[in-house]
Amino acid sequence: MYKLLLCWRYLRTRWIALVCVASVMLGVATMIVVNAVMAGFSHEMQTRIHGILSDIVFESHSLSGFQDPKWHMEEIRRAGGGDIEGMTPTVAVPAMLSFQVRGQWLTRQVMFIGIDETTHSMVSDFGSYLQHPDNRRQLSFALRDGGYDTFDSQAEGKAGENGPTRPAMESAGWPHRRMRVAREKLWRDKMGARGDAAGQPVRPIDQQVDAVLAATTADGSTPAEGSTPAKDPAARSDPFRAARPEEGDTMDPAKEQFTGIVPGIGLASFRDSDGVDRFLVLPGDDVKITFPTAGTPPKAVSDTFTIVDFYESKMSEYDSNFVFVPIAALQRMRGMVDPQTGVPSVNSIQIKLKPGADLNVVRDRLRKAFPAEMYAVSTWRDKQGPLLSAVDMEMAVLNILLFLIIAVAGFGILAIFFMIVVEKTRDIGILKSLGAGSTGIAGIFLGYGLFLGLVGAGVGLALGLAITWNINAIRAGVEWCTGQRVFDPSIYYFFKIPTIVNPFTVAWIIVGAVGIAVAASVLPALRAARLHPVEALRHD
Amino acid sequence: MTDRATGLASEEAMLRVCDVRKSYRSGGGMLEVLRGVDFSLEPGGFAAVIGQSGSGKSTLLHLMGLLDAPDSGEVHLAGTRIDNLPAARRDRLRNTAIGMVFQSYHLLPELNALENVLAPLMVRHGVLEWMRVRGTARERARDLLDRFGLGGRLHHKPRQLSGGEMQRVAIARALVTQPSVLLADEPTGNLDEASGAGILDALCELNRRDGLSIVLVTHDAAIARRAARIVRLAAGRVADA
Repeated sequence: MYKLLLCWRYLRTRWIALVCVASVMLGVATMIVVNAVMAGFSHEMQTRIHGILSDIVFESHSLSGFQDPKWHMEEIRRAGGGDIEGMTPTVAVPAMLSFQVRGQWLTRQVMFIGIDETTHSMVSDFGSYLQHPDNRRQLSFALRDGGYDTFDSQAEGKAGENGPTRPAMESAGWPHRRMRVAREKLWRDKMGARGDAAGQPVRPIDQQVDAVLAATTADGSTPAEGSTPAKDPAARSDPFRAARPEEGDTMDPAKEQFTGIVPGIGLASFRDSDGVDRFLVLPGDDVKITFPTAGTPPKAVSDTFTIVDFYESKMSEYDSNFVFVPIAALQRMRGMVDPQTGVPSVNSIQIKLKPGADLNVVRDRLRKAFPAEMYAVSTWRDKQGPLLSAVDMEMAVLNILLFLIIAVAGFGILAIFFMIVVEKTRDIGILKSLGAGSTGIAGIFLGYGLFLGLVGAGVGLALGLAITWNINAIRAGVEWCTGQRVFDPSIYYFFKIPTIVNPFTVAWIIVGAVGIAVAASVLPALRAARLHPVEALRHD
Repeated sequence: MTDRATGLASEEAMLRVCDVRKSYRSGGGMLEVLRGVDFSLEPGGFAAVIGQSGSGKSTLLHLMGLLDAPDSGEVHLAGTRIDNLPAARRDRLRNTAIGMVFQSYHLLPELNALENVLAPLMVRHGVLEWMRVRGTARERARDLLDRFGLGGRLHHKPRQLSGGEMQRVAIARALVTQPSVLLADEPTGNLDEASGAGILDALCELNRRDGLSIVLVTHDAAIARRAARIVRLAAGRVADA
């Protein structure tokens, strides 16, 4: 009983013990905050990776792909048992994307991915990363008549708070396309009529564009939203024929579009230091894409496409690499459709599993069912294995380093406890003269270490959770005080710092901190226990 | 076996020390403090051990109180040899059978007067057992402090008490376990005359009224005369009785 009483009294009366409490508290709070932020980032990253990749990817080693995806999907469903929820075929080829900015051609290396509009959203979160609300509900490769988001739809609570972060998107879609065509027409006319206009007053360029726009839409025909403005009924029934006006009459770009594509937002924009996105091209602009045909050897072919939306997964690797296109168009352009049978080929099949299904088990079943020489079957984690394991490794190393902070606190406890043992030598002698045993004396100091560890870890837990839950407010406060940007959204594409508090991790941190506090008090406790009672009583 | 000083057989003595020797390391050599001391105290006896500084009287008291072990010789308590017992049993005896009072009071500064008196009982009992006996123990401690005129100072810390009050708290603490023998090492050494007299009166009354066996160590012959028997130590030996 005296051990508890003395531990409690020492805790209350020895102010130097607060140094131990403070060091344990800071160590615990730091570890909780850092782990929560890293877990938040890791989760966010995994969500993004998984957002673009389905649970399991079934793909061909060959760039030309494999024939008859329908038959393959039936076989996959059979081999996968009852765990498969949905599938969609895709075609992915490396390509070069070129577009004009202020008369200069910019070229980007991209992955050109053909997807099925109707089934692709069933296997991934692709749809939710688009910029037009209607496309988020149901993807369409037809240019929309405005209505694109002028803010980041994934930024919680930020919409409209500080004004639009993407003001350029206001005119995106058909209005932007018509405006661009009008400018180009005006420019051509001006070039052709150079010299004739001598002596006439020059109107401002915007007025001139408005005049051309008025002339363009004088017949009253407004392009229907969500559809390609093809003129003949045949074109309406075959959107790809309409999207390739070069096959028919001369195309009017102010009323018609090429085959729609959805590039990653990182290919077309950059974020300035104020968090505003600046766009090099917008939905409604045309771009050229050069890609290899199927067959051997592959030949490079180019075509013109119209940007109909942007894709933003927040994973810069994806957002600056991927360009999505209707799969049927890509198959036709690459020559992946058998001319005799009309059966198409695909590169891969994206598979979504039912909730609770074990990814690795289904992957292994599929690997057994299909020859490994022809097909590669991998989970989304396998596809990003090096990245995910690098993040895990980073977290592990950071945790070790941070735990050393608490270990340093442990050395502080050790030193302070030695001091307290010296200071309390006479008390130890008194207790021994009253019949306290060596284990009892050691118990006082071990208990004291336990108390300090518990109090430090408890306060550290509260502080760590408080910081974690208010980290964005704290970030804003620090930015306001220092005038420096602590968290730059142009780097992370997040508007707030993501955090996840894992109770298991927190429990480990608490147990570790208390364990270190107790371990640090073992040596002083042993020294106290070994004190000779007579020498202790004579100690000044 | 019969004691030379008192003629008591070992089974008749409350406390008995036989040919005890004790040396300490001092500088490069050994300093022999006790050179074969024989001493015994009958039940209910009151003996004063007197001697010059360095004569070994405090060392003798520490050996009798099991705070130290003799190099040779034996210590008996109520007929049982106690100096060679295992550490845990010696701790137990210190807690239950022997009460000690020191010149410097040796109260725990973090505890108040009542808690200091209760300290030996808290050492004896675990948390759960303490919860059971706490009421009785507090009552006994209060009674003892009342008896020594400290009923109004129960919750005062040692630093808030005078020297005489602190020594009375120390005596109450030594008595709370109802020991067989009380060992007092210069209990009045740090006190003024009046306070010292009060402490001596208290010890005499404990011996007379309660029949408590007491060994009092002092260098003051006047104080020693209050005891029933005086044992003089000189150069590590009993000089006379």
